[in-house]
Amino acid sequence: MADNFNFELVSPERLLLSEKVSEVVIPATEGEMTVLANHAPTMTTIKPGVVSVKDAAGKVSRYVVFGGFADILPTGCTLLAESAIPLNEMNKAALDARIEAARADVANASNDEHKSKLEQFLNELTQLNGIVVPA
Amino acid sequence: MPSLKDLKNRIASVKATQKITKAMKMVAAAKLRRAQEAAEAARPYSQRMGAVLANIAQAVGADDSAPRLMTGTGNDKVHLLVVCTAERGLCGGFNSQISRLARDHARKLLAEGKTVKILTVGKKGFDSLRREFASLIIERMDLRDVKRIGFENADAIGRRVIALFNQGEFDVCTLFYSEFKSVISQVPTALQLIPAAAPAATTASSGAAAAVYEYEPDAAAILSDLIPRNISVQIFRALLENVAGEMGAKMSAMDNATRNAGEMINKLTLSYNRQRQAQITKELIEIISGAEAL
Repeated sequence: MADNFNFELVSPERLLLSEKVSEVVIPATEGEMTVLANHAPTMTTIKPGVVSVKDAAGKVSRYVVFGGFADILPTGCTLLAESAIPLNEMNKAALDARIEAARADVANASNDEHKSKLEQFLNELTQLNGIVVPA
Repeated sequence: MPSLKDLKNRIASVKATQKITKAMKMVAAAKLRRAQEAAEAARPYSQRMGAVLANIAQAVGADDSAPRLMTGTGNDKVHLLVVCTAERGLCGGFNSQISRLARDHARKLLAEGKTVKILTVGKKGFDSLRREFASLIIERMDLRDVKRIGFENADAIGRRVIALFNQGEFDVCTLFYSEFKSVISQVPTALQLIPAAAPAATTASSGAAAAVYEYEPDAAAILSDLIPRNISVQIFRALLENVAGEMGAKMSAMDNATRNAGEMINKLTLSYNRQRQAQITKELIEIISGAEAL
């Protein structure tokens, strides 16, 4: 059995999860990455996506996160999410509201660099729509 | 001398007031508990954020790639004061303490010949600062419709502040809020948001770890993503502390009001009884002296 490490999922509003896990899949900006115990120290930003956590007993729980960053150390991993919701509590209306808000932001963006960043964010959100909500 | 009926009416009205203040106190107590829980739940995030920020700041160092939000514009001319107060009154000196601190600060800056701009969050701060600095207030934000302050609210304020900074509207940004020490003590606090004072690296071990961190994308990119977020987090924390403080202040203000009303009722009841007794005695005297005269 794989080694366990501490995983913490924190959003500004509360600490969602803090326990020993064996494996975590993080939607990092430059591609999904799987974190196991004794991972090299890494700091990465994350994009909107699904974090799946496999706890010590092998049970998998999934959370939807909307941007943030992860701090990975050999002994543990901390995921600071801008906002995080357990996957089963997520519904289409909430996601649509976020997509709508992101669209409005794109329309209001002042400079190109900012705009392309926001468009990317919107794109990721829309992709998420397909994953989270069964068609 | 008020008549018996007047006294009776007054006692009834003070009693009604006392009931209201008592209910408000209980509501404030319940809300305080919730606000405190929210503030506590938000703590881990801001702590981690601080630690991570310290790590990266150290890695990036003070070279030119550090984002401007951290280094500042190099000037110290235009100051933005973000004043966070409550939406409602009836909480003792809570709002006036914050606005007084902000006002003193603004006066000091003006005396030094600097330009001051004010952004108010919450109705009460706007109302009290409007009297003196109406022309300096560039924007007001209301959170009146917000039942429970979420990170989105703080983030909206944070983004507004950063947008203003990017437009070159100000050089230094200071946040005013009330720090929640305990139910009976809230301390108005000024916190400099921009340029962000780089948090000192906490321990030697974190310094060692920072050296071998891998960054994805590079450290500067993460840092420029992190700092705006950190500003929102600071504002969020300030708002949560404010809510807790407001409820604490309201609770003790309403407790005092209830006690005062109780004292007043006692006094009024005493004079009501005394007057009623005087009237009875007077009537008796009239009857007796009338009987004697026969």
